[in-house]
Amino acid sequence: MVQSERGVVVRAFKAAFPYTLPIFAGFEFLGLTYGMYMNVSGFSFLYPLFMSMLIFAGSMEFITVSLLLTAFNPLQAFLMTLMINARHLFYGLSMLEKFKGLGWKKIYLIYGMCDETFSINFSARIPVDVDRGWFMVFVTALNQVYWVSGATLGGLFGSMITLNTEGIDFAMTAMFVVIFMEQWIRDRDHTSSLLGLALSFVCLLVFGADNFIIPSMIAILLVLTLLRSHLEPRGKVGLA
Amino acid sequence: MTLLQQIITIGAVVVGTLITRFLPFLIFPAGKETPRYVKYLGKVLPAAVFGLLVIYCLRNVSVFSGSHAIPELISIAVVVVLHLWKRQMLLSIAGGTVCYMLLVQLVF
Repeated sequence: MVQSERGVVVRAFKAAFPYTLPIFAGFEFLGLTYGMYMNVSGFSFLYPLFMSMLIFAGSMEFITVSLLLTAFNPLQAFLMTLMINARHLFYGLSMLEKFKGLGWKKIYLIYGMCDETFSINFSARIPVDVDRGWFMVFVTALNQVYWVSGATLGGLFGSMITLNTEGIDFAMTAMFVVIFMEQWIRDRDHTSSLLGLALSFVCLLVFGADNFIIPSMIAILLVLTLLRSHLEPRGKVGLA
Repeated sequence: MTLLQQIITIGAVVVGTLITRFLPFLIFPAGKETPRYVKYLGKVLPAAVFGLLVIYCLRNVSVFSGSHAIPELISIAVVVVLHLWKRQMLLSIAGGTVCYMLLVQLVF
């Protein structure tokens, strides 16, 4: 009994690990960059260690560094966080069904649901003989370990690192392109994929790199709501 | 900022992030039937979100300055072609990333 439970866990780990390799490349690099940024901003490695572990939302951690360097304003910090991380609401809505019935694992899966983890857990085709809950827990935990270790190492060794890894963070972009394509191949109707690209691109041009996420989300939500009668009844959005 | 003020600031960011992640699950708990509109959104949103995330990754790339987005466009093309050809996720990602690193380190 104990043995078979262990077998289930090991099998889930083996299935999950390859999916997280691109994140390993991206997170170690970005995490190092973030840790080094804190290091040169005059913070002990304990800051990137705890911030990467507790906040675990990359772009927000970078912003928090600048918040820590300005006047004390926790309300502003709180409201900025809600704005910048509002995209998590979409991830939650997409995972409502997939996280059902997972008990304690669900709490951790929601806690650790960053962009990359959501994308893998949503899109991965988990083999039938692999436990879904453990698979997603390992994806989440491995990604978190990569991020926290990168940030902590960056905070510890900061400017001592000189390896030429310029451009390795493109792994993340490449991963999202691949996940976008996988979704495209799976869907019969590509309206939503195209809307996501087009509306975000237009919002980026109009609102600029720092302010385009919320307008993009609103635009996506509005148009998908307007198209509901067109997209829903014909079962065009059926997913695998 | 004092240490306490720093802890409060980081705490505010932590709580804000927790809210964005847990809110949908609190509003639509597993025990209750999720409204059809929300189920519909759960189905159609991800495809759009992946598009948003691709744009998000490229948000700081400028066509008008630096290397004019050429390394990004070439590398994304490599990812797409590799993925259409072999459909091996890791191969597509590694190929595109190596291509990008070579381009930004040696060419541009």
